[in-house]
Amino acid sequence: MEKNKTAALREQILRASGVNPKKCMRCGKCSGTCPAYDEMEYHPHQFVYMVETGNIEPLLHSESVYKCLSCFACVERCPRGVEPAKLIEALCAAVTRPQGANHMTPDDIPALLDEDLPQQAIVSALRKYMK
Amino acid sequence: MQRIGVFVCWCGSNIAATVDVHAVAEAAKLEPGVVFSTDYQYMCSQAGQNMIIDAVKEHKLTGLVICSCSPRMHEATFRKTAANAGINPYMVEIANIREQCSWVHKDMPTGTEKAIILAKAAIAKVHLNTPLTPGESKVTKRALVIGGGIAGIQTALDIADAGYPVDIVEKEPTIGGKMAQLDKTFPTLDCAACILTPKMVDAAQNENIRIISYAKVEEVGGFVGNFHVKIRKKARFVNEDVCTGCGLCTEKCPQKKVPNAFNLNMDNHRAIYIPFAQAVPKVAVIDPDYCNMLKNGKCGVCAKVCTAGAIDYKQEDQIIEEDYGAIVAATGYNPISVEKFDEFAYSQSKDVITSLEFERLTNAAGPTAGKLLRPSDGEHPHTIVFVQCVGSRCASCAGKGKEYCSKICCMYTAKHAMLVRDKYPDTEVYVFYIDVRTPGKNFDEFYRRAVEEYGVHYIKGMVGKVTPENGKLKVQASDLLADRQLHIDADLVVLAAAIEPDKSARPLATMLTASMDTNDFFTEAHPKLRPVESPTAGIFLSGACQGPKDIPETVSQASAAAAKVIGLLSKNTLKGNPCVAQSDELMCNGCSSCANVCPYGAITYVNKEFRMPDRTTKVRRVASVNPAVCQGCGACTVACPSGAMDLNGFKNNQIMAEVDAICK
Amino acid sequence: MQVNESNIVANEEFRPKIVAFCCNWCSYAGADLAGNNRLAYPADIKIIRVPCSCRVNPMFILRAFQRGADGVILCGCHPGDCHYTSGNYYTRRRMAMLFSMLNYLGIEKERTRVEWVSAAEGAKFAATMQDFAEKVKALGPNKRLEDLRCKQ
Repeated sequence: MEKNKTAALREQILRASGVNPKKCMRCGKCSGTCPAYDEMEYHPHQFVYMVETGNIEPLLHSESVYKCLSCFACVERCPRGVEPAKLIEALCAAVTRPQGANHMTPDDIPALLDEDLPQQAIVSALRKYMK
Repeated sequence: MQRIGVFVCWCGSNIAATVDVHAVAEAAKLEPGVVFSTDYQYMCSQAGQNMIIDAVKEHKLTGLVICSCSPRMHEATFRKTAANAGINPYMVEIANIREQCSWVHKDMPTGTEKAIILAKAAIAKVHLNTPLTPGESKVTKRALVIGGGIAGIQTALDIADAGYPVDIVEKEPTIGGKMAQLDKTFPTLDCAACILTPKMVDAAQNENIRIISYAKVEEVGGFVGNFHVKIRKKARFVNEDVCTGCGLCTEKCPQKKVPNAFNLNMDNHRAIYIPFAQAVPKVAVIDPDYCNMLKNGKCGVCAKVCTAGAIDYKQEDQIIEEDYGAIVAATGYNPISVEKFDEFAYSQSKDVITSLEFERLTNAAGPTAGKLLRPSDGEHPHTIVFVQCVGSRCASCAGKGKEYCSKICCMYTAKHAMLVRDKYPDTEVYVFYIDVRTPGKNFDEFYRRAVEEYGVHYIKGMVGKVTPENGKLKVQASDLLADRQLHIDADLVVLAAAIEPDKSARPLATMLTASMDTNDFFTEAHPKLRPVESPTAGIFLSGACQGPKDIPETVSQASAAAAKVIGLLSKNTLKGNPCVAQSDELMCNGCSSCANVCPYGAITYVNKEFRMPDRTTKVRRVASVNPAVCQGCGACTVACPSGAMDLNGFKNNQIMAEVDAICK
Repeated sequence: MQVNESNIVANEEFRPKIVAFCCNWCSYAGADLAGNNRLAYPADIKIIRVPCSCRVNPMFILRAFQRGADGVILCGCHPGDCHYTSGNYYTRRRMAMLFSMLNYLGIEKERTRVEWVSAAEGAKFAATMQDFAEKVKALGPNKRLEDLRCKQ
């Protein structure tokens, strides 16, 4: 039963992202290029590998899905066209999108805003969540 | 009317188990023209073949139908039998009642019924068979090798040793190719020049070898055994027969700022130069783009200093025309341009270099006389990062990289890393790899030595970004096994660039009508069983123009290609396949449709005089097929609007007769 | 005579007549491989060997339908793998034209097919033939393509 659920979730994430993790040849260039690497518990190459093997649960509970800056460096540099950022985005959506799963209201945001937050992160977050 | 004999084979029980062979033989007897029909256990056995020969003599048979296994199996056998019986070998047709009948149908009635229909179709076809004789063409006993790298040199030497004259056409002023630029060679670490230059000298001194350097092939005509080739020998403005290679001119020339292509433009030479000390032929060459005399008529220093009087500013390109029996493509490879991979900052920093540039930097004859110095400031680098697979195995970088593995990079990177650690033990060396691929004799041991004995840091992961900063190169990379991101301040970054076929290969392939794959590597006739031949007869492949190869592999392929060439040149005449297209000149209207679809250029047009019904004569343009070039695909027969083209062995009426017999 | 023939058809199971043109280098070898591996397919398929799929003149196919064939299938090397480098490209274009014309003439497009079968694809050959024979059989006997020229 649990197995089926994971398979369905994996299927949903692959469909939503349009990513085929089987294309990955495990070179690690995505993680080599990632500017948010040190912020993340799981790194771009691990996202790809863990989704491929169906080990998705830990990713959903990790802060890492929010740490991606969506700078798309990994997408740009990947020699096999795997597009890890799209996968992370789909995982993020899988956490935030379900009905009633809103973790905060818009009013909560100003208090949380960090002075040091990179402009790019704010802009890309807007880009992500305005959809 | 033909007298046809039908022979039905049991193939032990292979056919007889599901086909009533006797019934097939009986049914065949009822067909028009069949005068003899029988069945036997093993038609292909000596006894079976003798039975056929006896039947031919006794019944005066003119055509044979063998109902047996696939023609791919025994057609040749039965053709020989027919020849032994004294009839034309092409008067034989095979009905495939084993692979395509008894083995795929499990019950006797269906199997028998289908076997009878297949036999009838073969009988209908053989009625229309005509005796065919393979055409013969003479073989010109001279070979052409295009490309004078180690592949071309080895092929030429082997052919020459067998006693046949060979010409090497090389586009650079000297032979030697990429191997001449290398420093040491893996896995033995002997120096490239020490093993290559004696071979270059051998080639130059071999009386069967003519080296046509600084030249390119311009036109190729003809076919296997009879190629006619036009070669343009570029003007080098130095008389090759007179120049002694003393090199005085190359020291006196006032134009000093000419990028040295042999050293990958890392230093300069004069406008008149000899590419390197061991060049063959050792003759100076003037670069017309830089020579003051050639550009504006003001200088002439080289002519003044040349005691041999070899300088000839008025020299022009020379056209050499020659006939050859076989052509070997040995056009080699080049590293791809890495400038488009901007994450590695190749165009931003002089200290990011390619592996071939690294070879020149460590070569005693290179721009730094063998001292490993940073190109930017001439300092000794203390931290060196090697990046593998730059552009190799790159499926998504269209226009930048290559999808294939370049095969040689793992080994030469291990070599470079080892050499650095050996010469400069104070240097930290990092190699970033995706996979280390070292199949080959003593190859993996070599790589392990680099790690275990020389202490090279092999890190599984890729470099994501190189940023030049304050004279250092900041390298950001992933270490997948430790799961961390590395930041290394490097002095030198060496990129193992993917290799690609030389740019001259594509136009050459068009001239040779040799096929290429999507990466512009020449395709072999069979990937396993005919790896050194092109599908086009008479064209052979040597070295990296067929696919990425290291030196040992290149040399073995070069010798293999030579063996194939020798085999071809040892024949006085070539027997062709008689199943070729033929044009009925009376029906041909000279429209060129057939020539347009012919993949081999086998069709030409001739003006021929024809007698008209009113006894006048008229000259018409008609198609003429060269039977030595035609491979018998039949594309022209369908393209021909007037039905003049037909294919021997598979004539229109023969196939129609088969269709009729099957649909009856 | 006419009546008898139709009686036979009504009483016996319909057995389509199918002509398969196979190129010597790939598909004919694929058919041989199907045999070597004992992969059964209907006996209604009769193979004619041609050097290349591009040797198949549209006239041959018209002739087959004139003579009462119920289906014609053409097999060649995969695009890009042609033994003669480009033959199967011509086949592909020619047959696209011919089959649409035949469809217009009333010969259903399921009765004609071009398939690429390599020398290594014995299983594909058998499966293709099985499928094609079934489809043709389901369509029933073909209308004979009459010779349109005036007859006496």
